[in-house]
Amino acid sequence: MENKKMAIIATKGTLDWAYPPFILASTAAALGYETQIFFTFYGLQLVRKDLSVLKVSPLGNPGMPMKMPFGPKWFKGINWNIPNAIQALVPGYESVATALMKQTIANNGVASIGDLRSLCQEAEVKFIACQMTVELFGFEHSDFIDGLEYGGAATFFEFAGETDICLFI
Amino acid sequence: MNFDKELDARGLNCPLPILRAKKALAEIGSGQVLKILSTDPGSVKDFAAFAKQTGNELLSTAEAGGEFTFFMKKK
Repeated sequence: MENKKMAIIATKGTLDWAYPPFILASTAAALGYETQIFFTFYGLQLVRKDLSVLKVSPLGNPGMPMKMPFGPKWFKGINWNIPNAIQALVPGYESVATALMKQTIANNGVASIGDLRSLCQEAEVKFIACQMTVELFGFEHSDFIDGLEYGGAATFFEFAGETDICLFI
Repeated sequence: MNFDKELDARGLNCPLPILRAKKALAEIGSGQVLKILSTDPGSVKDFAAFAKQTGNELLSTAEAGGEFTFFMKKK
């Protein structure tokens, strides 16, 4: 298992899509893979100091079960099929959905994104942020956590070209 | 079975049992045994896969009342 390598490109900036890169990277590191994540476009949100920017939106997402994380079992089992038109009009709908999702995550013993991200860093998963997108979106390096490297596509290929597993998320 | 360290991963979900086990294995010596408790049904396959890929030996897997017990010997 020595010398196996994995690279991930993380391009999504929502709470739900924050999970796959960090789960896979931390697990790969535990299995002995040398691992890098390249954060680009909306994926940059995953390496912000402030993770409260990560939200989940049920709007236009028919695959997302809408279930309540509290109450008796029959109540938790109900799938609240709320039409997109209503979701779009109710102020704060996304914030409520995000709070409910965070509660569901905690109820199920699933780690928070902050915890998983720290576990990745402890396991020496290398984080690279796309410098072009940092500028494009008007971010400052001070918006991001310590330990990031900044680079471009060529930097990604330098490592990705030698990997056993390479994922675009 | 005798063991040198115990890890309680009950209530934790993927990938935390594996990550905690990796950490616990780092704290014991080669040939020593780690006992792991878990309630995640996915951990049965995951610990077998973890053992296969890391070279640590999974000595036994047992289930009782929704709780899983693993004994893993460090490489």
